[in-house]
Amino acid sequence: MDTQANPASRPAKEQVIYANILVIGVWIGLALLFVTYAIYLSGLMPSHVDMSLITTNWDKGVNEYLEITNSPHGWGWTSLLATGDFLNYIGLVFLALMTVVCYLVLLKGYIAKKDWIYASIAFLEILVLSLAASGLLGSGGH
Amino acid sequence: MLNVFRNSTNRLLVTIVVFVLSCPISAFATEQAVLGGGDKPWWFWPIVLFFFCFILGILAVMAGVGGGVLYVPLVSGFFPFHIDFVRGVGLMVALAGALAAGPGLLRRNLANLRLALPVALIASTFSIIGAMLGLYLSALNPDIIQVCLGATIVCITALIAFSKNSEKPIVTNQDAISHALGLGGVYWDEGARENVEWTTHRTILSMFMFVLIGLVAGMFGLGAGWANVPVLNLMMGAPLKISVATSKFLLSITDTSAAWIYMNRGCVIPLIGVPSIVGLMLGSLLGVKLLAIAKPKMIRYFVIVVLLFAGLKAMDKGLGLGILG
Repeated sequence: MDTQANPASRPAKEQVIYANILVIGVWIGLALLFVTYAIYLSGLMPSHVDMSLITTNWDKGVNEYLEITNSPHGWGWTSLLATGDFLNYIGLVFLALMTVVCYLVLLKGYIAKKDWIYASIAFLEILVLSLAASGLLGSGGH
Repeated sequence: MLNVFRNSTNRLLVTIVVFVLSCPISAFATEQAVLGGGDKPWWFWPIVLFFFCFILGILAVMAGVGGGVLYVPLVSGFFPFHIDFVRGVGLMVALAGALAAGPGLLRRNLANLRLALPVALIASTFSIIGAMLGLYLSALNPDIIQVCLGATIVCITALIAFSKNSEKPIVTNQDAISHALGLGGVYWDEGARENVEWTTHRTILSMFMFVLIGLVAGMFGLGAGWANVPVLNLMMGAPLKISVATSKFLLSITDTSAAWIYMNRGCVIPLIGVPSIVGLMLGSLLGVKLLAIAKPKMIRYFVIVVLLFAGLKAMDKGLGLGILG
């Protein structure tokens, strides 16, 4: 392959590690989505919110919808994992967590290389994503 | 022979797209939107949504736009779901697509981590603010979001239709911030069979643009590829291939933070979300294959018209004019 001619055109080591983690994570995430959705639709596990209640209320704003369906916000779904509908959150959350996991690997790599600027950027991004994921920002509302 | 096959593929694609987007689903979904969608069995909607998103996935790849920018205006216009849920799922759709595309782009050194990380930090921070602001405004009055979304989509349509990208912009003076961050590199151009060296400039101005991009992406639940590419390419001076790939990768970071805000608020209903994500991803995979035999330009024009219509319809809906049905 011609890329061998110029080593600079090869991706950096941390870039390859990032890609490797991502590809595994995406497939696991999609498999989780597929399996949990199949369980949900098949009715193998009871649903917290009845299907007809969803379809008659999904035209309402989120606050009203959560109140009518008695659904949780934030990480409240974890207490409803025994229900088919909230089981789907495992796959969704897994996909949303992938970037944080990849950044943790990047941070370690940048620290090892003593690349303090990029280590700081990676650290700050982890903070931002963790804050968003924590549910502390704007998860209230009803 | 190949031309005949290509032409018939184009005709078939456009026919399918027109059929799906204009006739039965749109008309039916609009009618159901009025009724709240309550008189159909629950399984009807996931199936319709899956096929709708499957077609959107094909279109998105062929038109060179992200899934989110098509998903939000079209689904909010033609399906009975509240804009809160459409934005939440729209971000998850864009996120899943970006995560799936990321590994290949990173391995080929087209998506550049050093370029992506600083701008991603800015865009993802402001996409959180955008998401919170968007949810606050839609709680006040969802029509505000509908009108603003419509206006944004019309502007995006103009941007897609008229912006002229530059294959390999010339950067004569790398600025101090770009130099300190080491923004630049070398990539292998398969078409030209050569190594291409690149660097960037106008870093401060570009970072300010990513503040706006983050706000808009979070507020309306749109993936922001339509804005990332012009800023990376035309403003910062990164080559087009690097800009497109880095933009796609960037979405996986920007959309993650905004998606968390919507998800924590309860805006991702699995019954809507999973068929949308899976349908759009499978459609994108087929789109990549069809890209080799179809004429993307024709599809692109079609998407521009559909987007324009979707933007105007969102404005019409928000203003309560009822001109577009």
